[in-house]
Amino acid sequence: MLEIRNLHATVDGKAILKGVDLVVPTGEVHAIMGPNGSGKSTLSYVLAGRDGYEVTEGEILFDGEDIVGLDPSERAAKGIFLAFQYPLEIPGVATMTFLKTALNAQRRQRGEPELSTPDFMRRVKGAADRLNITQDMLRRGLNVGFSGGEKKRNEILQMALLEPKLAVLDETDSGLDIDALRVVSDGVNALRSPDRSMLVITHYQRLLDHIVPDKVHVLSAGRIVRTGGPELALELEAKGYADYQANAA
Amino acid sequence: MNAEPRILRTQAEETLAAEFQAARTRLAGGPETAARREAAFAAFQKAGLPHRRVEAWRYTDLRALMRKAAPLAEPGAVPAGLPAVSAFGGARLVIVDGSYRPELSDADGLDGVTIRPLADLLAADDPRVGASLAALDDPLVALNTALMTGGVAIDVAPGASVGRMIELAHVTTGAHATQTRNLVHVGADASLRLVETHTGPDGAAYQANGVTEAVIGDRARVVWAKLQQEGDAALHVGTLALTAGRETRFDHLVLMIGAVLSRSQQFVTLSGPEAKIGMNGATMLRGRQHADIALVVDHTEPACESRERFKAVVDGEAEAIFQGRIVVKPQAQKTDARMMTQGLLLSEGGQFSAKPELEIFADDVQCAHGATSGQIDEDLLFYLLARGIPRPEAETLLVTAFLAEAIEALGDETIAAVCEAAATRWLAARGGA
Ligand SMILES: Nc1ncnc2c1ncn2[C@@H]1O[C@H](COP(=O)(O)OP(=O)(O)O)[C@@H](O)[C@H]1O
Ligand SMILES: [Mg+2]
Repeated sequence: MLEIRNLHATVDGKAILKGVDLVVPTGEVHAIMGPNGSGKSTLSYVLAGRDGYEVTEGEILFDGEDIVGLDPSERAAKGIFLAFQYPLEIPGVATMTFLKTALNAQRRQRGEPELSTPDFMRRVKGAADRLNITQDMLRRGLNVGFSGGEKKRNEILQMALLEPKLAVLDETDSGLDIDALRVVSDGVNALRSPDRSMLVITHYQRLLDHIVPDKVHVLSAGRIVRTGGPELALELEAKGYADYQANAA
Repeated sequence: MNAEPRILRTQAEETLAAEFQAARTRLAGGPETAARREAAFAAFQKAGLPHRRVEAWRYTDLRALMRKAAPLAEPGAVPAGLPAVSAFGGARLVIVDGSYRPELSDADGLDGVTIRPLADLLAADDPRVGASLAALDDPLVALNTALMTGGVAIDVAPGASVGRMIELAHVTTGAHATQTRNLVHVGADASLRLVETHTGPDGAAYQANGVTEAVIGDRARVVWAKLQQEGDAALHVGTLALTAGRETRFDHLVLMIGAVLSRSQQFVTLSGPEAKIGMNGATMLRGRQHADIALVVDHTEPACESRERFKAVVDGEAEAIFQGRIVVKPQAQKTDARMMTQGLLLSEGGQFSAKPELEIFADDVQCAHGATSGQIDEDLLFYLLARGIPRPEAETLLVTAFLAEAIEALGDETIAAVCEAAATRWLAARGGA
């Protein structure tokens, strides 16, 4: 599924990722934890193919194919989804229009027929209901006037509709209260499947009480420095990142 | 004021003088109209074509840009490719090369509306013609007064609620000059939806210089759009001089998409208290197009509200301009005016110039203006790309969203749909979806 080999990447010429090795097999959920500034968001942007995030060494294999040269929209069509740490507001683009444009653009790129409007509406309604997203929110400009929690739920709605093979969730728990965290985690758990891998990025262990990972990796100073089971998250919660921050300096 | 005598005339100015001499005796109108034409042409000759040292025209140096004056249009041409019905699903008054053509028009079902050829008003020396222009000192308006042919005069009776939208279709048929004059009077408590369209053949270097005078009665409700979709070699200058009475609601949109060189002037006077107006603009340019919007909103009475929203999308080597001025007279206390203009540059070579101004002579007012210019937001673009939307389609979505604010502010879904379709075609032509 996802194999990252010796990945080095720079942002605006500054080296941030310094040799990341990571394999996420199909159907598994892996967590990436690490102190602030360790490169977690950078890794997620490099996976998504953002402009300005340059891979200088190593490779990213997705289903065996090196995707480093691909445009973000091509990666999305191949099944890579990034849930943003800070989802953006786009006034003038209705959420509904955005969802439909995205879904049909991906289907077109994969050579699948576009969805009819009733078919699309049915899918959106089902997914939106499960995430407590109202019709009014869907009619509004994308994320415009949404609370922090609503924005995160909207990210999960997009993931539910786009049905990616690999979902990268960047600090989906940040800014959520305990109830919102539960709704979002339930939404994510409902999408766990033997065909879908997930990379759950978080700073805190509490998200992993809800979304229990198969493996936990610690990212520090642009490298994976430790890998373990879910118990590693508990250890980090108890001891903090002090051991790893020393490395980061 | 610049009193220096002008002796040297440009080739275009010479041609215009010769044309006026040749046409003066056969131009429509009674003796008073003829006298007004003479005075107006004298004023035009004194000023000449506006140039960059004329502040109101500083970004559009017509003296340099308009090398030649096209010959005046002959009446009677049959326009090619006029759609069978109005794209707005309502009535359509067709003005060909500056003359109203009732036989090509559909004016059915307009209860409470009187439509006459402007030529009839000129023949009768109707004092309403020119009445809205007394305070304007603009050479192109003067040129229009000197050479105006008959457009149309629309009178909406007080209290009439005109259910059918009226399209005022200005069609130019070839590479000549047109000088349309229209008059729109909306009675008190009436309501009207009006769309001016301006079209002509691509490749024809025609020159359209139109003036519309409008008076909106007390408490009337008017939605008015101007869609400038002239042919790609055209020069378009259009002036709206409008007075809005007490408690009127007036919403206006100008869409600038055609012509190689265009200027749209809106002079709006709020002459009664508690009027609420919205002036909006959406400009889309490419290639070497140049489009200038000049707006003056004059608050002369208390407690009026005005909102000005102007957006320009510029591609290629094109240049968009917005010059907007809000004037608040001493007696216009409690004025609430907000003007915003934004440029979106899609290319390295595109340019957007904005000059928003406030002239405030009252103390108890709320006025603000702002201007921004920038490129497509890379963060927003990445969000769309990351969802699988290819770059051209993502850019199209963002540009459409940028323009939507101005287009939707008009508050008319029919007009918005036509404008959005025009924007979509424009974007598709640049390689979007
Ligand atoms: N655009 C940028 N230009 C330069 N440095 C950046 C940029 N974005 C992030 N960084 C730096 O990269 C490092 C990693 O950032 P980030 O990936 O956001 O970390 P995390 O998500 O783990 O908190 C930080 O030191 C941050 O300051
Ligand atoms: Mg981060």
